[in-house]
Amino acid sequence: MLTNPTGKLTQGQFSFLPDLTDAEISLQIKYGLSKGYAWSVEYTDDAHPRNTYWDMYGMPMFDLNDPAGVLLEVNNCRKSFPNHYIRLMAFDSTRGIESVAMSFIVHRPANEPGYRLERQEVHGRSMRYTTHGYAMDKPENTRYGK
Amino acid sequence: MNAPAYHLPGITGKATAPEITPVNNAAVADTGARTVAQVMAQTQVQQVMDALDRDLVGLKPVKSRIRDISALLVIDRLRLNLGLAAQSPSLHMCFSGNPGTGKTTVAMRMAQILHELGYVRSGHLVAVTRDDLVGQYIGHTAPKTKEVLKKAMGGVLFIDEAYYLYRPENERDYGQEAIEILLQVMENQRDDLVVILAGYKDRMDTFFMSNPGMNSRIAHHIDFPDYQEDELAQIAQHMLSAQNYRLNEEAQHAFAKYLHLRKQQPHFANARSVRNALERARLRQASRLFANPDKELTADDLSTLNAEDILASRVFQHAKG
Repeated sequence: MLTNPTGKLTQGQFSFLPDLTDAEISLQIKYGLSKGYAWSVEYTDDAHPRNTYWDMYGMPMFDLNDPAGVLLEVNNCRKSFPNHYIRLMAFDSTRGIESVAMSFIVHRPANEPGYRLERQEVHGRSMRYTTHGYAMDKPENTRYGK
Repeated sequence: MNAPAYHLPGITGKATAPEITPVNNAAVADTGARTVAQVMAQTQVQQVMDALDRDLVGLKPVKSRIRDISALLVIDRLRLNLGLAAQSPSLHMCFSGNPGTGKTTVAMRMAQILHELGYVRSGHLVAVTRDDLVGQYIGHTAPKTKEVLKKAMGGVLFIDEAYYLYRPENERDYGQEAIEILLQVMENQRDDLVVILAGYKDRMDTFFMSNPGMNSRIAHHIDFPDYQEDELAQIAQHMLSAQNYRLNEEAQHAFAKYLHLRKQQPHFANARSVRNALERARLRQASRLFANPDKELTADDLSTLNAEDILASRVFQHAKG
């Protein structure tokens, strides 16, 4: 198998599983909250594997007690960006850790054409490789359909 | 979503997500109970009601409303067991009453009570005032209000002196925006959040008059009556015993007299005035004991308030003069 066997973008946790339902997402959020993580929602239509920083949908949510608040933001984001990738990230602010502890995709475009490997010949027989998304040639916000 | 392009050996058919019990507590499993007593035995309703009667003095309307809500919970369970659909009731409340009648105290208890009755998931209370909801410039209010609402989800949002949200004299006031967001969430996320507004009676009435939408979305308007003198004395006993103090016999008489006089004076704030009076009595007791540096003090001396500690109050001087 040369390409990604799932036929969909695999980044973060749970990405080889079937898409999580809202109830399952709630349980993950609840787990994160119980660990004291701050959840935040991010979206992008350029999910290139090296694109670490997606756009923030609102501020990270500190001091929450219940998954309903985070799920509310996820659903608002889904409404605003139905054809983007949306992910949830949990930030662990414990001193010495201070980084993202959980991250998983909660929404994806209906059609994901995927990425191809591009080869470039340089300096005689040397090769350079890069990944290129099939949807990337279109301008921002139109890549996965309006 | 694209269908997976791979096949794992040993798996037939489509992979399915495991059964997950919904996070919302709307669907509770049939517990087999058919009588009220059986449900009472399975839930904490009885303990909650007992604790309420024990800890709160007076407040008849409040207690009877909480009893009604608990009864509804029990009946809903029974209905559910027989397969009758039960919609979760609207629990938004408005507490109105004079200062010191226990609005905030009851709101704190209410969060806990609703949690124990299974109406809210986590039972925490987020207490806010206008400053926490309303922003200072255009576009500041909505995120601020939403943040507070998200923090309160799964528990109770307590808005003290809610009438400050609406400022009729300034039509560009951002308070209106906060009210609109609040209304929307109160309506759409009834399962996630209980909102309690509190404030003085007359000003709450004006507030509801100018915000009819708010009025109609609040199912429970509860009035907090002023306390009677004997209830105030009882409250004083509660407060003192919580701090390991007590009034001796003369002091009890003196305190009853004090309450009678204090009630007629302006700015009487019910239980809050009682608490302040007791704080001052503690101070006087402390300096009384301090005046005798060589006396050996027993636990009894240290925990008893005498009549003179009460009678030194300026309330009595006013009464004489």
